[in-house]
Amino acid sequence: MFAPQLLGFVSPSINWWALLPQMILLGAALLILLLSSLAPRRSSTTFATVTTLSAAITAYFVSIGLWYDVEREGASSSIASAFGVDGFSIFFTMLILIALAITALLSHHYLDREGIDPPEFHALLLCSAAGAIVMAAANDLVVMFLGLEALSIAIYVMIAMHSRRSEARESAVKYFVLGAFSSAFLLYGIALTYGATGSTNLVHVREYLDAVVFRDQHMLMAAMGLLLVGLSFKVAAAPFHFWAPDVYQGAPSPVTGWMASIAKAAGFAALLRIFFAAFASHDSDWSPVVAVLAFVTLVVGAVMAILQTDVKRMLAFSSISHAGYVLVAVQSASNDGTAAALFYLFTYTLMVLGTFAVVGAMGSDDDHPLTRYAGLGRSKPLIALSLTALLLAQAGVPTTSGFIAKFQVISAAVSNQSYFLAGAAMVTAVIGAFMYLRIIMTMYVVDDDESGPSPVWHWTTSTVVLGTVIFTMVLGLVPQFLIEFAEQAVPILIRG
Amino acid sequence: MEITTGWYLVLGALLFVIGGTGLLIRRNPLVMLMCVELMLNGVNLTFVAFAQRLNDIGGQTVVFFVLVVAAAEVVVGLGLVVAILRRQPGTTADDLSALKG
Amino acid sequence: MSELLRSYLTVGIFGVAAIAMAGAMLTIARILRPQRPTRQKLIAYESGVDPVGGDWAQSQIRYYVFAVLFVLFDVEAVFIFPWATRLEVYGLFGLVEMAIFIFILVLGLFYAWRKGVLRWV
Repeated sequence: MFAPQLLGFVSPSINWWALLPQMILLGAALLILLLSSLAPRRSSTTFATVTTLSAAITAYFVSIGLWYDVEREGASSSIASAFGVDGFSIFFTMLILIALAITALLSHHYLDREGIDPPEFHALLLCSAAGAIVMAAANDLVVMFLGLEALSIAIYVMIAMHSRRSEARESAVKYFVLGAFSSAFLLYGIALTYGATGSTNLVHVREYLDAVVFRDQHMLMAAMGLLLVGLSFKVAAAPFHFWAPDVYQGAPSPVTGWMASIAKAAGFAALLRIFFAAFASHDSDWSPVVAVLAFVTLVVGAVMAILQTDVKRMLAFSSISHAGYVLVAVQSASNDGTAAALFYLFTYTLMVLGTFAVVGAMGSDDDHPLTRYAGLGRSKPLIALSLTALLLAQAGVPTTSGFIAKFQVISAAVSNQSYFLAGAAMVTAVIGAFMYLRIIMTMYVVDDDESGPSPVWHWTTSTVVLGTVIFTMVLGLVPQFLIEFAEQAVPILIRG
Repeated sequence: MEITTGWYLVLGALLFVIGGTGLLIRRNPLVMLMCVELMLNGVNLTFVAFAQRLNDIGGQTVVFFVLVVAAAEVVVGLGLVVAILRRQPGTTADDLSALKG
Repeated sequence: MSELLRSYLTVGIFGVAAIAMAGAMLTIARILRPQRPTRQKLIAYESGVDPVGGDWAQSQIRYYVFAVLFVLFDVEAVFIFPWATRLEVYGLFGLVEMAIFIFILVLGLFYAWRKGVLRWV
């Protein structure tokens, strides 16, 4: 049973250059842990923030270099085809690094204010970012699973680090139980894929499925179903969304932003790579199921958001409905649809991080009632204006990046002849807009009768909010460069 | 009667379903952790059975990784459970209901 | 009867014989021995020391951190064993990889030590 080929073991060729971004992140995480354990007292927040930021920026420059490499030499894969080096993986690497830098900035003030140990938080943040990159770049289902777990386990702890608040603990346990549950589903799907195709490597899976016509494809169907359920939990698609509002509400705001943006983006990266790239020859089997998921998610996200009174819960349902739009793009199973999904995820990540930057600064209390935002238009006009811009972008109002993103998704659905889904997406966009308008109205129209705790602004928070607002607005006017970027980032499965 | 790999697949599926059901209906956080382990071990058995059927070492090495991931996951879960039980002794999953709306 | 069930039959017979033997010895002893129970005779035997408290003892919660650390580092050994059995085959590449792996583990242990987790309070 022990493989005899091991006798002539040749280590697989490894493209170290392509692995550099996540190695930088992990190196920074180890450095932070090492120095914080050497430091005699509680180490400073600034050190951890600066380390994380510089790691993110260095890794970003490396991935720019990688992007041009791929453009020049074409996509490839490394470590026995387990790790993809294509536009898709570098697109997500860049997105994750941007979100990492933003979250590091946001957490800077937050950690000080809430008394959370900064080195540990930043080390976990770096680990989860590296996990997300591995997940987006993995060409092998097992490697993808490892990336997913690195991402999720770090997030469980990041939520629970706010250990004085019982809400944070409850949120962490809920996320943990549902996360473990969904990981098990995903893993079972991987096992059945392995059984049906003889490999966990997506390149092999694709070649096998292209070449072989199944007489009996029950096992493959079960595998696809389990993979889809597992990933739907991760991206919070209805009917597997029920954990999201509770977890988003209880988690510390920077972590909520990180979960809503990167955990979701990495989940969609995995979804696209598995279904669009590897199961391409069976798209008539999975596309209708994803379409149903997309429809349910759109409706649940838009309708349930109206019933909420807590801002973080509202934003949780808003993130569910965003997942619905991305699923609309995924179900079209075309290059256009995938490019639309990538564009959507990029713009959405920045909008949601900006929004949670404001939410995080608005207070650390256990709940975020809508009334706390009353009168913000008068007391903090600039912040209110920024939040308005970000919320309008999330609603998909023209001249913002959110509009372009929704437009791309709907046109991909139309060109795939999913007219019903395109119509549903437009209708739910209108219903969903009500929720965003409600927050905006509260800021400008409702008077602040009780002077609540005034938000404390740190320059890092303001920088993030300003940056995301400018990005959102500029992209709404000149979206072309990101559209082209996304079009070149469609996943490619290639033997390395 | 021959014990084929099919039997192991059925056993793996049964373990997975028992674990999943247990996770959904049991209220004790520690038992829920055990149910997660049961689900993952059901998958492990499936991997080994497929590796045997396909005569491929890959499925067996996956089990190593799953074991380690499961250990890491359970350690974090135990930490969370202990953190909760320390502050609120005798907590069950039903008591974790401060967040709703 | 198939070959497989026949091989289990041996195990079954062995099990039945073991249970029967132990049961027979206990039953014969019960029939033969005199029985005059006193309170002193019925208490649990704890190496000659008088038992204290109930039979449900709670472990200290501080013990759990050690258990958790043990589980983590113990499980990581699963990656070292396959490498150790084929040491020459993997050569220098394997050695360096394993050195990095162990270095990261040691760093984790070092961190736990510096954070005071390993101190028995």
